Amino acid sequence: MAYSQAAWLIPVFPLAAFLVLTALGRSFRRSAPIIASIGTLGSLALSVLVMVEGVEYRDRINWIKIGDLSLSIGFDVNHLTSLMLVIVSIVSFLVCMYSAGYMRDDERLTVFYGYVSLFVFAMMGLVLADNMLMLYLFWELVGVCSFLLVGFWYHKPEAKAAAKKAFIVTRIGDAGLLLAVLLLFWYMPNHALDFVGIQNVFQGQSGAVDAQITTLIALLVFMGAIGKSGQFPLHVWLPDAMEGPTPISALIHAATMVAAGVFLIARTFVLFEASAVAMDTVAYIGAFTALFAASIALVQHDVKRILAYSTISQLGYMMMALGVGSLTGAIFHLMTHAFFKALLFLGAGSIIHATKTQDIRELGGLGGRMRLTALLFGVGALALSGIPPFAGFWSKDTILAAALDSNPALFAAGLLGALLTALYMARLFFRVFAGKPSAISEAAHESPAVMTIPMLALAVLALGAGFVETPWYDGLSQWLLGDEAPAHAADGYTVPIIGAAVALLGLYIGWLAYVKRTIRLSAALDAMPSARRLLENGYGLDALYTHLIVKPYRLLGSCVQLFDRYVVDGLVQLAAFGVSALGRGTARLQNGQVQTYGLAAVIGLLVLIVVLAGRRLWS
Amino acid sequence: MLGSYLTIAAILFCIGLYGALAKRNAIIVLLSIELMLNAVNLNLVAFSKYGVVPSLSGQMFALFTIAVAAAEAAVGVAVLVALFRARGTIKTDEIDELRG
Repeated sequence: MAYSQAAWLIPVFPLAAFLVLTALGRSFRRSAPIIASIGTLGSLALSVLVMVEGVEYRDRINWIKIGDLSLSIGFDVNHLTSLMLVIVSIVSFLVCMYSAGYMRDDERLTVFYGYVSLFVFAMMGLVLADNMLMLYLFWELVGVCSFLLVGFWYHKPEAKAAAKKAFIVTRIGDAGLLLAVLLLFWYMPNHALDFVGIQNVFQGQSGAVDAQITTLIALLVFMGAIGKSGQFPLHVWLPDAMEGPTPISALIHAATMVAAGVFLIARTFVLFEASAVAMDTVAYIGAFTALFAASIALVQHDVKRILAYSTISQLGYMMMALGVGSLTGAIFHLMTHAFFKALLFLGAGSIIHATKTQDIRELGGLGGRMRLTALLFGVGALALSGIPPFAGFWSKDTILAAALDSNPALFAAGLLGALLTALYMARLFFRVFAGKPSAISEAAHESPAVMTIPMLALAVLALGAGFVETPWYDGLSQWLLGDEAPAHAADGYTVPIIGAAVALLGLYIGWLAYVKRTIRLSAALDAMPSARRLLENGYGLDALYTHLIVKPYRLLGSCVQLFDRYVVDGLVQLAAFGVSALGRGTARLQNGQVQTYGLAAVIGLLVLIVVLAGRRLWS
Repeated sequence: MLGSYLTIAAILFCIGLYGALAKRNAIIVLLSIELMLNAVNLNLVAFSKYGVVPSLSGQMFALFTIAVAAAEAAVGVAVLVALFRARGTIKTDEIDELRG
């Protein structure tokens, strides 16, 4: 019991690191990576201990008591949260270590590590929270930290815009989540907001809450997840968030931000299970996002943007898994994706660190110069493409099998997405590492060990993490669901073989197109310039939002500003002018002549005497 | 008898009050204040002799007032000297530092 009881300390380590770093200030640049790493390492150690112990423990204290209502803060250790904690702390620790190399020359290193620690604290608090309200608080804190870190290089206007966009777009989803929390508070018996209570109320459609309200709540929760996890149509912030430092992209994409949405749905899964409409919405939006983002990733030129769209696509897979009822598939893919996507981003960071560019048209032939990075990036790419025996294969297979069970159309979408995934990863890998070295690639050097060691660790995880759940072994579903884990289909081979074949086909096409150049994919696209432009601009959603939402909103803003300037400000200035005029008038009475004051006093005295005497006489 | 004393004192007080409020020379103002004080003294002495309950304490008060008035005059003149050095004038209408 001991470790689980101390689980509340897990988020406290990074919080302490944040406080120490903030207190020390910029002069302690050298010790900043060490302090932040110690913080996340402490969390990692305790998380692993808690997970190994494997018991459920929850505790809470009263926070606010108003009349009969009481809000509590507490933590909840169970198999899902302890697994999430381990994933989050592994990735954040490795990112902290990696950043020591990547961000070495940055002026504001202490600030950077402070923000990272706060970010990790927020995510861990979100994971451990035992009620919706607390989760919501940490959810917002995660949003704030992503804003701070995406806009970390705030002297770049693009970074500033991206930070604002990330914050505002996710706020739209947050509004949905807030409404969901309020609705839950309103309709739950005793206004209970804790997850155990939600579990008990909604389990097996007990009828304590109206079915339509349940659907509404589930959809609003999903809206929050859409914002945070970058699902269509609120995914637009994620590619732009690439303006942040690359380790932050790794952190956001793997552990601390986009995973929050998937985790939220997994945490409130019972709500979705109670509503078929909500499940279908999640599944279809997930599947659509998976395909949609994968197709955009095919034509992007920026290494990090390709990876960003691939993250959106993979998050779509996770949502699809949740939508078809496979909690295991979603969490499994969340875990493997965290490892290999962090690996890919750190690899991309290594490339950017060495070449100072992230445009794949300027790169090429880097494989010879940066062997280790190429190897590790390759491992990540294979894992993402879903090639056995890498981790991504097993998790994608779990999702595809679950999709086939519930809806063949979703299965087909998943397969097509897998093909596209393999294709764009092949394009990215071959364009960057294969072929003749470009001028920039010639000058590149391998990154220092402090950057390659975290990548190595992640590569091991990307290779090995898949074996916790295979068609023959259901360790993860047993861990997450206990005895309720569904039995595996009798024929456990068809789906993995199809999945692997499709992924290999994608890689083969990529190899033909970008190494052998026997298929001219880009030429085919060039023949349709409008289609190409459409894809490159992400189906023009950004422009659409600009014209449909941002511009009318700006117009409204200008009108309101005019009202503010001339009506509100006018009233305020009028009041101020009136008071000062009154002051000027009365100030004139103060002429500084003591004798005048004396005269006034005497006159006052006389008046007083006359009044008193008059009253005496009259009465 | 008391009435004549009080009348004299009231006349004296009004002359003093007029001087204190109307004169422009600060020394005259000080002198006028002395007049007002002395009017009060006259009242005190008159009441101590012809009042309803004659008592010596009124005269004691008058002595006190004279002593305090002397001190006040000394301080007042010292202030005027300092003021004259600083501003070159002791005309009360020219000293209006506290004008609003």
